[in-house]
Amino acid sequence: MGSHTENIGSDKNGSVGVGRRDLIKRSAALGLISVPTMSFPSACASSGGGDEDKAKAGKKTAKNPLAVNETAQMEFVLFDGGFGKEYAEDAVKIYEKSFPDAKVKFSATQKIQSTLQPRFNQGTPPDLIDNSGAEQMDMGVLVGKKQLADLTPLLDAASYDDPNKKVRDTLRPGIVEMGQFDGDPVWIMYYAYTVYGVWYSQKALDSLDATYPETWDQMLAVCEKAKKKGIAGWTYAGKYPYYLPFSLYPMIGKVGGREVLDAIDNLEPNAWKHPAVKACFDAYYELFAKGYILKGTPGLDHIQSQTAWAKGKALFIPNGSWVENESANVIPADFDLAVSAPTGIDSSDKMPFGTIWASGGEPFVVPAKAKNTAGGMEQLRIMLSEASSKNFTSKVKSLTAYNGGTDGITLTPGLKSGVAALDKAGENVVNPRLQDWYVQLQKEKIGVSGLGEMMAGRLTPAEAIKKIQGYADEAAKDTSIKHYKHQ
Amino acid sequence: MQHGKYRFIVGFLALPLGLYALFVVWPFIQSIYYSFTDWTGLSPEFKMVGLDNYRRMLDDEIFWKSLQHSLMFAVVLPLVTISLALFFAFMINVGGRRRKGGPVISGVRGSSFYKIVYFFPQVLSIAIVALLFAFAYNPDSGAINSFFRGIGLDGLQPLWLGDPDLALWCVMAVLVWSTVGFFVVLFSAGMASIPADLYEAALLDGAGRAATFFRITLPLLWDTVQSGWVYMGILALGAESFAVVQIMTTGPGGPDYSTTVMVLYVYQKAFRDGQAAYATTIGVALLIVTLAFAAVVMRLGRRERLEY
Repeated sequence: MGSHTENIGSDKNGSVGVGRRDLIKRSAALGLISVPTMSFPSACASSGGGDEDKAKAGKKTAKNPLAVNETAQMEFVLFDGGFGKEYAEDAVKIYEKSFPDAKVKFSATQKIQSTLQPRFNQGTPPDLIDNSGAEQMDMGVLVGKKQLADLTPLLDAASYDDPNKKVRDTLRPGIVEMGQFDGDPVWIMYYAYTVYGVWYSQKALDSLDATYPETWDQMLAVCEKAKKKGIAGWTYAGKYPYYLPFSLYPMIGKVGGREVLDAIDNLEPNAWKHPAVKACFDAYYELFAKGYILKGTPGLDHIQSQTAWAKGKALFIPNGSWVENESANVIPADFDLAVSAPTGIDSSDKMPFGTIWASGGEPFVVPAKAKNTAGGMEQLRIMLSEASSKNFTSKVKSLTAYNGGTDGITLTPGLKSGVAALDKAGENVVNPRLQDWYVQLQKEKIGVSGLGEMMAGRLTPAEAIKKIQGYADEAAKDTSIKHYKHQ
Repeated sequence: MQHGKYRFIVGFLALPLGLYALFVVWPFIQSIYYSFTDWTGLSPEFKMVGLDNYRRMLDDEIFWKSLQHSLMFAVVLPLVTISLALFFAFMINVGGRRRKGGPVISGVRGSSFYKIVYFFPQVLSIAIVALLFAFAYNPDSGAINSFFRGIGLDGLQPLWLGDPDLALWCVMAVLVWSTVGFFVVLFSAGMASIPADLYEAALLDGAGRAATFFRITLPLLWDTVQSGWVYMGILALGAESFAVVQIMTTGPGGPDYSTTVMVLYVYQKAFRDGQAAYATTIGVALLIVTLAFAAVVMRLGRRERLEY
């Protein structure tokens, strides 16, 4: 914007030809106007090339069940985020070993959307993408516009470790469903496995002579005990209140049963007016009303709230299993990090204590227009082997979609407690889908304007429910977004 | 000579105008075109939908909120920033006490130091400034609330960015802080070129500081102030306001849509919700607002030019 200064200054020199001065003034005005408005997307979209120059299928063998072309190039773009890129590079090496004549183009970036959006628009996307991070491309739109390949061939192929077992049968619960949007095709393979719940320091609980509360009355008692010692009961990412559902949604599921969560996901009329929702909202609101929430929480972002919690200013925080890695530098060595399934109301709840939210993270997709879709899937098949899964878990402290892969490696406290929580949950794993189906509704409307306002004490539970139901009805009616239903 | 004047001018301007047309005008036309489609931004396929996006925009509550906030930015920010900058620049250059043997006009004591201090924020990238202030506004351990606690105001612990009534003002304060220095330097340069004998004459006539400012400095600086006004308004409607809102606020855009601005909404629709066509529609609305703002400022500010 430097040039404007000169233009502003130039009016000072007295007598210049009128024509020139006018020109300067006009171009200055135009220039001033043009700068900010340029920021909206002006990429050229109308260059879609639909050429079908796909790689020919290779020979299908026991070692190559996806019939990958042995010489075709495979391109893999990874999101370079909290999990780093080493795990993927290791997997790429195995691919290169299996197909020595194939060229593999691997790149890692944080700018998934800026790098890949133009390539989708040109019809030349890479063969495998880890579509994750702040620049994640909207999955619903990608699916709706038929930009993704169906991964069913991968799921039905023999697994890497055991030719008699399909890949589908080696995965953790919920992974396959999560990749479906409407009907049978599976569009997304979530590679990481995230456990959501209430995170706390076992040491802090021990020092209060308390165990993790199973009913809400016990929860309030623990918070009261903590309050007397000057510790807040709860904190949360106040600036991003859509972290609250990590413990609130499974609690609703536990109190009212899976169908309540399904109805909410399906945007059914009055889904939020279910008594279970009211009971849970009331319970959370009580935390605020009784002063059990860390002061100032509504103004904290996720890092700040996690830091306050790690310093022992608050007992509990709703979060996902990434918190162990993300806050590793502030969590003390003797913190004894643990996660628990959310506390319910009482023994009349529909599902047992232990009901937990766990679901896939790091969504990998194979674009429909990729040249070597079989190669992309083969790379995923390699990553879903036990060895690669173990490599991932030991390197980045997170579970993978591969069911198992934790034997023989030392687990960090948080990871260990996550595995234990999953064992305890057994079949009682819930998987609310609002956050991947309706991002705006979940984050900005339900999260910030509903739950955030309620937990800051600016809405009563009844008002919050009314407001959220209004948002959900709006989303159900909105024809500009694609709608999904639980199968 | 007069005969070939325009051809001569055109010869020089062809290349820059060509670039301008390619990189500024053409994207504008494209964006306007896309606002009549249902393009998602994630696939090359789209079809024309006529005025649907515009109809939807007029019914969109969040759009109206963001428009309201953007207009507020465009009015309040220039007003506050430019008034402050004029005051500082005046004090630095003219407002000082007359010292024996010194020049007729001079700034307050230590003015050259202030000049540097004021300009300092300008050196920092807006993203860094926003992050720093996000820390300062932290209600739990941020600088501001810690300061309040330090001086015994334990009861006064606002949530700042977490409070819908305060959040927008918090964001505006950051923009004022980070831009005022630029205008101080700009106006200082302008004031330096005002001939000293005008001030001398005014002083001989017994004019005080206020009279000197309103009768001499401001009228002679008017062109600079006007350009500064347009520049600041555009900054408030465009990239800078996006950066601070995106980095600092709840959500971002919250709490409860109390800080959402048009550029943020364009970004969210295009890059979060995969509704690029609707985003360009809001972009067109932003274009109209920006053009209208510039036109209004230019018209209101029209005055006879003073030659000196």
